[in-house]
Amino acid sequence: MSREKTWKEIAPAGVCSKSSVGFNTGDWKTYMPVRDLEKCTNCLTCVMFCPDGAIHWRPDLGKIEFNYEFCKGCGICANECPTKAIRMTLEQE
Amino acid sequence: MTKSVKQEMIGLNGDEAVAYAVKQSDVDVVAAYPITPQTIIVEKFSEYVANGEVETEFVCTESEHSALAASLAASATGARTFTASASAGLALMHEMLFVTSGCRAPVVMAIANRALSAPLNIHGDQSDSMAQRDSGWIHLYVENAQEAYDTVIQAFRIAEKSDVLLPVIVGLDGFTLSHTLENVRVLSDEDVKRFVGVREFLNVLTHEGKSVPFKLDPANPMTMGPIAMPNYYYEFKRQQDEAMQNALTAIQDLNEEFATVTGRKYGNGLVEMYSLDDADVAVVCVGSACGTLKTIVDELRQEGIKAGLLRLRTFRPLPVEALRSALENMKAVAVMDKSLSFGGEGGAVFHEVRHALYDSKKHPPIVNYIYGLGGRDSSPRELRGVYEDLLQILKTGRVEKTLTYLGLRE
Repeated sequence: MSREKTWKEIAPAGVCSKSSVGFNTGDWKTYMPVRDLEKCTNCLTCVMFCPDGAIHWRPDLGKIEFNYEFCKGCGICANECPTKAIRMTLEQE
Repeated sequence: MTKSVKQEMIGLNGDEAVAYAVKQSDVDVVAAYPITPQTIIVEKFSEYVANGEVETEFVCTESEHSALAASLAASATGARTFTASASAGLALMHEMLFVTSGCRAPVVMAIANRALSAPLNIHGDQSDSMAQRDSGWIHLYVENAQEAYDTVIQAFRIAEKSDVLLPVIVGLDGFTLSHTLENVRVLSDEDVKRFVGVREFLNVLTHEGKSVPFKLDPANPMTMGPIAMPNYYYEFKRQQDEAMQNALTAIQDLNEEFATVTGRKYGNGLVEMYSLDDADVAVVCVGSACGTLKTIVDELRQEGIKAGLLRLRTFRPLPVEALRSALENMKAVAVMDKSLSFGGEGGAVFHEVRHALYDSKKHPPIVNYIYGLGGRDSSPRELRGVYEDLLQILKTGRVEKTLTYLGLRE
């Protein structure tokens, strides 16, 4: 981890020196979403509902992809999925 | 005086003087909500907008909390921003006061000082802004309508200095100043515009690694005032305290610069000393009552009594050094408070003046007078009584009462 800066070194008003892209916020989740490829219809409802933008449509692969570095495990995707293709499982498993 | 620019004398009350100064200060956004005794400021300014006399974006908000939220947002985009309030309105802004100073948004706000409920009271005292002492705003208090006009113009420059970047409250006593007509010498629009100039910006490093002006701009995105965890919050607060120390210099500099343009100055900008150099007894006071006290000082001096007055113009940042050097040689000092810190054994000004003198080798007796709460009139006779009490302390060498409620029915 880099050295924490002093008050003389940082910008005022909490102006961020790093983008959130470089700051993984999904490392404390309890449950993680797992998709059942058999049931998924690629309707992209989960992409729309994800509050963290952690589900992406990958046109090159023709499927959705979870970004577990930003997913907090809230389970909204699983709840909204019309075909029940997303299951929340304990991260340790 | 000879070098000062041409000025015109017009009749303005304190609120109108503030509105007039804002009109001339090239302000981009005014977001405000009316409340007695500040209402005239907002009314008068909306007239200027309606008449096309200013290009300012005027935002009528649904509450004072929103007024300051809008002002903060406007200021964050780089706009020169003004708002005004009083009493309950300022109290409703409480949360946003800290957000504004924490976002380092140089908003200027006039407060027509008024009592706080309950019981409901629309009249003047300084309880409203004194209760916001620790909100991170610079506090300047004026003595008359002329100074209200002059100080609002200076306030934009003080707030916007890149080593300050703090919001400023300009306090004027409700009704005594806000609604009382005075002769005010005003500058030309061009001279004010030249004095205030354009807003200066500090460059900051953003998350994109670019060094850009500190303002919200879609071309150079940045995040202001996000969450700061325990490992960084403290550092941001320390920066604000440093900015306050820088403001001590900025206030004095602007007071001097303004004097070269207008011929008017207010002490050193922080404190104004009146017959204080060789005084034995001194009164410390904030705001319009200083006018009456100056008359009493003149009267006492004619009687051969060495009386003086220290007017505290800048309450935040507290000019600790100036207070100490001005007061340590006095033989007795009285501090006037137009607000009360319940259970604190005196008012805020008293506490702070005593604090300023603690590190001095000399410790003159310092007593406190609460006065004028809820618009209670303080007569010259009563205020003269304060000096007479100090002379009594000198005579007996004993302080009978540290805290006196002046003008209260006992």
